[in-house]
Amino acid sequence: MTVAAMGRLSWAGMPCLLVGLVAVVARAADIAPTDKRSDYALMSRETQAMQDDDLANPGMLFVLDGEALWSRKDGAEARSCADCHGDAAASMKGVAARYPAYEATLARPIDLEQRINSCRATHQRATPFAWESKELLALTAFVARQSSGIAIAETADERLQPFIAAGREIFERRQGQLDLSCSQCHDDNWGRKLAGAVIPQGHPTGYPVYRLEWQTLGSLQRRLRNCMFGMRAEPYAYGAPEHVELELYLMWRARGLAADAPAVRP
Amino acid sequence: MAQALINVPAKARRGDVIEIKTLISHVMETGYRRSESGEPIPRDIINTFVCTYNDEVVFRAELFPAIAANPFISFFTVATESGVITLSWTDDKGATEVRTAKITVE
Repeated sequence: MTVAAMGRLSWAGMPCLLVGLVAVVARAADIAPTDKRSDYALMSRETQAMQDDDLANPGMLFVLDGEALWSRKDGAEARSCADCHGDAAASMKGVAARYPAYEATLARPIDLEQRINSCRATHQRATPFAWESKELLALTAFVARQSSGIAIAETADERLQPFIAAGREIFERRQGQLDLSCSQCHDDNWGRKLAGAVIPQGHPTGYPVYRLEWQTLGSLQRRLRNCMFGMRAEPYAYGAPEHVELELYLMWRARGLAADAPAVRP
Repeated sequence: MAQALINVPAKARRGDVIEIKTLISHVMETGYRRSESGEPIPRDIINTFVCTYNDEVVFRAELFPAIAANPFISFFTVATESGVITLSWTDDKGATEVRTAKITVE
C-alpha cells in the first residue's frame, strides 16, 4: 500500500472514527427517570421469589438476630436500643430510606452503620461493632427492614449537597488498572451483561443485602469494595469518607425507588 | 442459638399433599478453606436433617460440603392426622436445633 493510498483510507475512515471518539469521550448521561428501575427488576424470577418470601429470604435470619439485639441491654449504661427508641416498627420506619444523613458534630454525613455505632458509643457506652461483623449487619438489617416498601427520600438537607457532588465525582471518575468509572457500567451499560451477570443500575435500595455469591449478608461498603476490586482500583477502607459520599450519591440517584432490605442479590 | 424459619401449614384436609419449607442459619464451613494465617478451617456443616410427623420419620436428608450456607430445604408429605411436625438439624459439632409445628387435619 502506498503512502497516498493510506492517506485516502484514513481520511475516508475519519468521520466514523470521530463519531467513535465522541461516543467514548462524552460524559456518561444520567439514567432517564422513566428508565430508572430497582436492581430487583433485573434479577431472575427465582431470586425475586427468594427475596419476596420472608420464610425463604436468608436475610430474614439476620433480621431476627437484629431484633434480639435491639432489645438486648449493652454497654456501661446497660441500656438497649429499645430503651430509647421503643418499638422499631414505629421509631425506625423510613429511617434507612433517608441515610446517609448529616451529622452536625462531625460536619459530614454518616451512614446507617456509623449511626448505630455512634449510638452505641455515646448512649450505651459500649464498644462499637466491627465493620461487617454479624452484629452490625444484623442490627442494620433489622433497622433497614422497618423501611421496607418506603420510597427512598429526596434529601432536603442543603448541607449534604457538597457531599453528594463529591460522591458523584467519585462515581464518574475513571480509576484502577482497567481505567473504568462506576458510571460506565451502571449508567451507560446497565441491562447488558458483564460475563454471565446482568449489570444492574446500581441502586442501593436493599442494603444490607444477602448476596448469594457471598453466602451471607453484606454492607453497601463491602459491595463497593467488591466493585473497586473488579476495576482493579484500590478499594477505600471501611468507614472512609469516600465510601459515605458514594453511598450518599447512590441514594440520591436512587431517590423514589422503594427500599427493599434485606434484599437478595445474585 | 441458630435462627430458623419454618413454614408448615397450620391446617390441611386429610390426604392433602402439603409442602414444608425450612431455612436455618449455619455457616456450612466446607473444611476445604484456610484462614488468613494459613491454618485449615475445620469442617462444620449441618450433616443431617430429619422431619418427623407424630414421631414417624417422613423425610430425612444427608447434607454435604457443597451445600451453601444457611440451607433452605423444602419437601412434601401427606397430611394424615392432626399432630406435631418436628424438624431437626444436626451439625458436625454435634449441636442439634429442633423446631416444632402443630398441624390440624380435618
